[in-house]
This record gives sequence, structure tokens and C-alpha cells, in this order.
Amino acid sequence: MLRSFLQTSASILSVTRNVLSSNLRNPAFRRFLSQEARAKIQAAVQQSPVVLFMKGNPQMPQCGFSRAAVQVLDIQGVPPEKLKTYDVLEDPELRSGIKEFSDWPTVPQIYVNGEFVGGCDILLGMHQSGELESLLEKHDIIPKISTESSSERSS
Amino acid sequence: MPVKVEELEQAIRDAFPVSHLEIEDKSSGCGENYSILLVSEAFEGKTTLARHRLINETLKTNIAQMHAFSQKTFTPQQYEAHLAKGQ
Repeated sequence: MLRSFLQTSASILSVTRNVLSSNLRNPAFRRFLSQEARAKIQAAVQQSPVVLFMKGNPQMPQCGFSRAAVQVLDIQGVPPEKLKTYDVLEDPELRSGIKEFSDWPTVPQIYVNGEFVGGCDILLGMHQSGELESLLEKHDIIPKISTESSSERSS
Repeated sequence: MPVKVEELEQAIRDAFPVSHLEIEDKSSGCGENYSILLVSEAFEGKTTLARHRLINETLKTNIAQMHAFSQKTFTPQQYEAHLAKGQ
């Protein structure tokens, strides 16, 4: 109905119509994540080399999966200054927004250098296979020589 | 709303060629916490992230009703190797 109204209406509405239809075609808009919310999350995932969206905070995780994610990053030696965490329980908009943004249904979610890595299962799997270490090394988040020098940091 | 094991199994079997499937209800009965293990040739040549996305998409409505969902994905070959390691 809206569409046919717009199509038959005067040219003054044609701009609106184009914006509307192009938005509908863009997957980003299909589930109503506003452009503003999207921009906020985009900025958030680029805030730090490693970004973790979790329930609670690293000191007090509010969910076993988030706790596991924090522990894995800790074991890998990700330095605190290169890790930023967001507590989705404190921000309902972020909690629903991040799921749409990443197209991922659960929390925690991990980003490395702005790129989505996965959730808890994937992080744990990559930790066990050694892929996570390679990824973190590749992005200079942990030092490349990873033999017994985990307390050292490249600065 | 609780999710039933049968629903999940049906949805997975409809979407993937299944060579092995385990669905574990970890919720003590409330139906909101599941862990699945799926072995399928459909995963051949796909990253773990891509595999998980396939399952997430297939079970989208079910996962939305759960508190927790965990998954493991293998190709038949990988699963054999996994079993051989004595797991």
C-alpha cells in the first residue's frame, strides 16, 4: 500500500521513494537496525584491536560462555590495552543491535581489527587448533615469538 | 517457549545431508539450552564461521527462543580424525 501510494504520488515524493526502496534492498535495513545504531556499532568494533561483546565484564562475567571467551583471550596473552569489552546487559539497544550487525544470534562475539571472528564455540575451537594464536600474531596483538615470553610485550 | 529436540533434528535434516548428528539438551528440561554436533559433507571447503552461519540461519527461529546454543561442525573426514584422536 505504501509502495503504490508512493509510486503514484507527485514527483516531490520520488526522492523519498528511492531512498526507501534502496534501503529495503539493502540487507542492513531489513531487520530495522537504524543507520545511527549501525554506525555506533561500527565505531565500537573498531575501537580496539580486539573487541569483545559479552554479558558482564571480564572481572564479573554474567554467563559461562562470556567467561570462557574472556579466559581464552587471557590465556592467549591479549594485553588489556588492546582489548575492549562491551557489556550488552547494560545496553539493550546494543544487545539486540550487535546480533543484527554481525548476523550472529548469540553473545559473546569477538572482533579482531574490526572483523568478526565468531562466538564462543569458534573462539574455543580456534584456541585449541592454534588458529587464534596465529590470528592474534598476524595482527600484532600478541608478540610473534610466543615461546615462554608471554609476559613480554611488543610496544 | 521451549524448543523440542525433534524440531531441531527435523530442521537440520531438512537442510543438510547428515552423516552424523548429536543433539544434547543441556537445559535440564526447560528446552532453552542446546548443544549440537553435526557431521555433514555440506561443510566441505567451508570455514568454521561459514558452517556456523549456515546452522544459525537454518535454526534461526529456534535459536531466538533459547538462552544458549552451542555447536560443533565437522566434515565426515574431519570427524573420523576427531574420533581417531580418542575423543
